[in-house]
Amino acid sequence: MSTVQATRTFDVAKVKADFPLLQRVLEGGPIHYLDSAASSQKPQVVIDAMTTYYETINANVHRGVYEIAEAATNALEASRIRLGQFIGAPSPETEVLFSKNATESLNLVARSWGGSNLGPGDVVLLTQLEHHANIVPWFQLQAEKGFEIRWIPLTADAQLDLTNLDVLLDGVKILALTAMSNVTGTLTPVAELTARAHAAGALVCLDACQSVPHQATDLVALGVDFAAFSGHKMLGPTGVGVLWGREALLEAMPPFLGGGGMILNVTLDGFVPADLPAKFEAGTPPVAEIIGLHAAVDYLDALGMDAIREHEISLTAYALHALTERFGEQLTIHGPAGAHSRGGVLSLAMEGIHPHDLSQVLDQHAVCVRPGHHCAKPLMKVLGVGATARASFYIYNDTDDVDALADALAEAADFFSF
Amino acid sequence: MPGLEDLYREIILDHYRSPRNRGELASPPATRTEGFNPLCGDEIVVYLDIDDTNTVTDIRIGGTGCSISQSSASMMSAAVRDKTIVEVKALTRAFKGMMSLHESSLDTEAELDAEAAEAEAQADAGVKLGDLEALRGVVKFPVRIKCATLAWNTLLQGIEEATEAS
Ligand SMILES: Cc1ncc(COP(=O)(O)O)c(C=O)c1O
Repeated sequence: MSTVQATRTFDVAKVKADFPLLQRVLEGGPIHYLDSAASSQKPQVVIDAMTTYYETINANVHRGVYEIAEAATNALEASRIRLGQFIGAPSPETEVLFSKNATESLNLVARSWGGSNLGPGDVVLLTQLEHHANIVPWFQLQAEKGFEIRWIPLTADAQLDLTNLDVLLDGVKILALTAMSNVTGTLTPVAELTARAHAAGALVCLDACQSVPHQATDLVALGVDFAAFSGHKMLGPTGVGVLWGREALLEAMPPFLGGGGMILNVTLDGFVPADLPAKFEAGTPPVAEIIGLHAAVDYLDALGMDAIREHEISLTAYALHALTERFGEQLTIHGPAGAHSRGGVLSLAMEGIHPHDLSQVLDQHAVCVRPGHHCAKPLMKVLGVGATARASFYIYNDTDDVDALADALAEAADFFSF
Repeated sequence: MPGLEDLYREIILDHYRSPRNRGELASPPATRTEGFNPLCGDEIVVYLDIDDTNTVTDIRIGGTGCSISQSSASMMSAAVRDKTIVEVKALTRAFKGMMSLHESSLDTEAELDAEAAEAEAQADAGVKLGDLEALRGVVKFPVRIKCATLAWNTLLQGIEEATEAS
């Protein structure tokens, strides 16, 4: 990547105009959608790509010989290559696997790689930032295989505390970590951790669910061995996710789900799995969704992933400043203090107001934030809260959305003032 | 769109600010039951003392939650003290009915004998929701119904544990 080239910028108003849902006026007013960490909105081009598929080339993939079946297959494989290119995968045609979502991708790694490589005496290292999707599959496997699970702890501002990393890494077979917390926005030092994990003989599985949509991803530079993410958080449809894995690892792993599409041969005595990537894609894939995700990635690249990151840094900086200025001690924003060390995710705690109540007041003004534990209960425990109200930003959010958030927070503070 | 006043009646906010019967009871003899709202992470703990006449002699509430779950727990604790289990179950039925959750009988296991059915009908007829009426507006906010019923479900579980133990 050239450093001379100035980062492109984009016009948020124009971007917003591409999203039909963001044109809606809700009962509380024009929508301020601040929940993209849960799921992003979809631009018209993604919706159109899926509709066009259904209207012109809808057919099951891989087995048909007729014209539209071949077209559908080609569209699916083109999406695989495009997705691989988007994340810097060296061999997309074999290493990019389509799944249902990041959760399924992570379960695949735990079940297939973990199931055949982990046993008593082994260690899996996680971080306290993890989403349940990168915790529960390991617990489930632990119950069968009896390995140890360790946790990288956090500093007071919810960054990874690497003080005792060497001790923690001792005996570890795989480090599974998030690139960006969906609660605090914390960015983790993936490349550095990967180097240290590899030096200690461990593999690295990256939960890239929150990072791939919001910043440029270069798997080769990161050095990780697996990476999982979901289509629906990056302008794509629900129902499609990706697992990228190193070819040599995927080759050696047993299939995850069994069924049609994933076999080379089946006899009365057993089966022989297919080659990559089919080996890990049992059953009819979500063809329309995979094609929609291709359109989403094209849309993101047209804006430029570096420009997207820049936009989110400046909006996050604006929000951190505006909210701190206005509410001071009354409002806690969990996580790193600087916009550069975090993604556009703000977990808010207003003194004396439960996040559920806070979000209810915000809903009256069509400010869409999410209350709850955000599927990261161990992290909530470390933060010392049961829940937070989370506002998260994406390409279509602007300072108007932040101002609406601040105004609604002020009203909540007023309403619940004791 | 229903307004905030429909949801946050003054009496609800009062119970939220000054919750009644907060604390713990020594367990045993009291039962200690945890309830979770998996959607929002709220946790509630209900401590129950039930004597051998099947009367709730003491109740304490612990845990954290939103104004709806906390006020519902607070009002519940005030409402069930000194009531018999039959009365408590009738009150729970009435409360859940107000939340538009209808369960023909909370005793799912055994069929009620005639005498018990009679007692249940009598208890149902005698139910007064009182302050709990303030939570009626929650129905207009369907996602919050789970907040309002969390304490009650935990209470029922506690009663089950207490009566099983004895
Ligand atoms: C960090 C992180 N990991 C994993 C997931 C799981 O994603 P999905 O529910 O799409 O499988 C999410 C989404 O909530 C997430 O934010």
